[in-house]
Amino acid sequence: MQTARNLKTYRKEVAKALSNDFQRQAMDKFAVAYRNSRDNAFADLDSEALVAEIARIKDHALERLDDLFARFKENAEKIGVQVHLARTAEEANALVASIAEENQVQRIVKSKSMTAEETLLNHYLEARGLEVTETDLGEWIIQLRGEGPSHMVMPAIHLSRFQVADLFSDVTGKAQDAEIERLVKVARRELRRKYVEADMGISGANFALAETGTIGLTTNEGNARLVTTLPRVHVALVGIDKLLPGLGDALRINKVLPRNATGQAITSYVTWITGANACGPAPGGKKIMHIVFLDNGRSRMAGDPDFAQVLRCVRCGACANVCPVYRMVGGHQYGHIYIGAIGLILTYFLHGRDKARNLVQNCINCGACKEICAAGIDLPRLIKAVHARVQDEEGHPLQSLLLGKLLKNRKLFHSLLQTARTAQKPLTGGTPYLRHLPMIVSGEHNFRRLPAIAPRAFRDLWPGLRSRVKNPVLRVGLFSGCVQDFVYPEQLVAGVDVLAKHKVAVEFPMQQSCCGLPVEMMGEVDAARHVAAQNVLAMSKGEFDYIITLCASCASHLIHAYPRLLVDDPALEKKAKTMAAKVVPFSVLMNDVLTVGQTASNGPRTATTYHAPCHLCRGLHVKKAPRELIRKVGLDFRPADEEQTCCGFGGTYSSKFPKISAQILEKKLEDAAATGARQLVTECPGCILQLRGGVQQRGMDLRVMHIAEMIWNCERHA
Amino acid sequence: MAMLETRSTHAQSSCPGRKQPSMGTVMENTQILVQTFTAAAEKVSAAVSRVSTMAQAYDYAVELCERKEACQLLIAGCQESLSAPADTLCRHKQKKVIAAPLLASNDAAQMKALCQARGIVFIRSGVRDHLAGVDIGFTVAEYGIAETGTLVLDASSEELRLATMVSEVHVAVLPINRLRATSLHLEAELAQIMSAAPNYCAFITGASRTADIERVLALGVHGPLELHILLMET
Repeated sequence: MQTARNLKTYRKEVAKALSNDFQRQAMDKFAVAYRNSRDNAFADLDSEALVAEIARIKDHALERLDDLFARFKENAEKIGVQVHLARTAEEANALVASIAEENQVQRIVKSKSMTAEETLLNHYLEARGLEVTETDLGEWIIQLRGEGPSHMVMPAIHLSRFQVADLFSDVTGKAQDAEIERLVKVARRELRRKYVEADMGISGANFALAETGTIGLTTNEGNARLVTTLPRVHVALVGIDKLLPGLGDALRINKVLPRNATGQAITSYVTWITGANACGPAPGGKKIMHIVFLDNGRSRMAGDPDFAQVLRCVRCGACANVCPVYRMVGGHQYGHIYIGAIGLILTYFLHGRDKARNLVQNCINCGACKEICAAGIDLPRLIKAVHARVQDEEGHPLQSLLLGKLLKNRKLFHSLLQTARTAQKPLTGGTPYLRHLPMIVSGEHNFRRLPAIAPRAFRDLWPGLRSRVKNPVLRVGLFSGCVQDFVYPEQLVAGVDVLAKHKVAVEFPMQQSCCGLPVEMMGEVDAARHVAAQNVLAMSKGEFDYIITLCASCASHLIHAYPRLLVDDPALEKKAKTMAAKVVPFSVLMNDVLTVGQTASNGPRTATTYHAPCHLCRGLHVKKAPRELIRKVGLDFRPADEEQTCCGFGGTYSSKFPKISAQILEKKLEDAAATGARQLVTECPGCILQLRGGVQQRGMDLRVMHIAEMIWNCERHA
Repeated sequence: MAMLETRSTHAQSSCPGRKQPSMGTVMENTQILVQTFTAAAEKVSAAVSRVSTMAQAYDYAVELCERKEACQLLIAGCQESLSAPADTLCRHKQKKVIAAPLLASNDAAQMKALCQARGIVFIRSGVRDHLAGVDIGFTVAEYGIAETGTLVLDASSEELRLATMVSEVHVAVLPINRLRATSLHLEAELAQIMSAAPNYCAFITGASRTADIERVLALGVHGPLELHILLMET
């Protein structure tokens, strides 16, 4: 549970988590194993179509929550269930406590419920003298330790068998060996007694079906079945977002939920409870059953056009499983109660700005969560949107305000960069930095070498480079982005040269500026909108077949963010859409548009590995083109195991959380080194800044280059 | 697949107007369902066998019970160092027990005789008196889902439900003609089951499992340690 009061304290707690070796190793193993088992689970299925169907089912339900609740209540009450609606967490807890009181309950067994975690139900009931025992093994372990979950599906993933053995030794009063199979059996016997003694069982629900008044529960351990069967009272605490029209909807969601959560085709148990069932010890032999629906801000979210999709979440936890930051810091530093990308967003709405303020800044914007989400939620964008809201409500920090103002004035921005270059060192003096620019070099930031600003920016070189291609096959406009313009102009020079050889005429509109992603990442939406408009106007002047960028982040931002940012100005929005449709990354233009063939290269077949930039492989779904080009130019391609894992740059992220960025980079470079490659190719200057800086700092024998430079090199030998 | 299509066309031409698939197609489809079901169930460590009659299923369950040592062989936890109250619950369990709650009386008599011959206690009710655990819970499933190797049980009877929860080994008979390809192929049947409220319907796939400690898979955390599925010819 993350509760740090300010960013400084949060960073300290993060640093502590980073030095937790057991957790780090466990997370690394999990990240790799999860990916494989999930791939296997979806091997014969069209996962994209399934995800789209879940989004449709949930959206449909979210539009009529009131109606679904009314129907659920009517149908469930006909078959002996009392249905309640709690507006707040406090109300829900009070309801559960009063049900316990009116039934003279003393002992309660619980099956896992994130909703009960959300309301801190256990604490509430325990404070009223009730004994509450969690029965899911992981939940029981963390309850005994007085902790919150560190993962939505595997709550005790941060603990080792030795820690569990020590804990169980305390609980049983007998020494326990750290042997997992035996520890599980100890829990089996200890908890069996708790079920037998309990008067009341509390569960959550994965599905609430309005047509029949049914609740559906998915579990692996079978504890929910005992919890809902043995005690005479059953209370289910359910978020209203779990309401669906009928069974068919739930069955469809359940096709994806377990596959996405743990790579299982289905969980061991899926339980459908319709009405108050037979129960021996209950009065009249019939279970006393209550269902408490929790709103706690959900209906407000459902009515918010931007954030309603957050309620599509089916709580599979996959967004944490693939998050490079979660992998480094663990769940206790990556959520207040709800963990992972969805947790960063939900924290703001369910637990308040106070709890969300720091967390929401800890997104590296790699898009891995969006790609894996079972319900197709645009998580990275919504995290940024929450960040922007927090800043709008609390006031913008001076740094991001200044950057926003600076970017709005292209001439000032560019002349400042020129000045910085003259000073022969990166910008200094407490100013924040752009996604694409060097950071302040301090202890924490020293995990990679930072490039200086190039002696001549690309825009200054352009007049001399501009060549007239006779009878061009294509006319393209080049969008440079600021890192390549000011730090790595040689990448653009190589790209322009390669294009000329392939008979492509290139234009470079001089009025273009930074793409604006850095300011949007910092929550400066107004500035992001301003530069978007400026760039759309600049790039719309020429008659281009395509607009190319050699920066994946710029490309992804131009395509996905510009039409959204400019939505309030229909004329500009139209231009932005026209422009977005023309934007292609360099590798796609070469491989898929120009369909270049095998280079007859006599050059060395250097062992080469590839790093897929987040904004290329996920942002634009470009996965094949760069790999094919590496083979086409005659290099010895050595794919890396974690090709698509983020390098840890994330623009301003790496200056805000340098320690996390450094650790992600460390893993990335280990992975690249394991391929035995001598060259590491990628297609984003931000990634190059990070990777090359890391390679130099470590003195590794690995040449980091842009794919345009790779092609230029190889074609030279042709 | 080509062969299957040929046969089906042939069958249709000989039975004009009939929309039902031919016997040949049914048999081949059934075979595919059985194969898919078996592979999926075995993947989650269920034991799948074939039986021709209920009598064979009783033999299977009773023999399995005889081979198994109560609370020992399967390490249900009774031999572990437990706290005093948990240990007391373990001691309640002395004899081997088979619980088969919803068995028709003729069938129950057959099974009871088999149990008695081997000194096994046979019960059809009163599972609540055996919450420390019974050795075998014996049930007949309503349906099977081939895609995931899942059993569908109408567990509205509390006795039956408990038998599938507190047994160390769950033995379930599944008539082969109750197999369906996916859960979506069962929507209508499930709706039918749930409409008879109150209802408690269970999808059971493999044994109870957890990976909550270091993500290491362990079977039998709360429910059965083993699931045996007997596919019955129909």
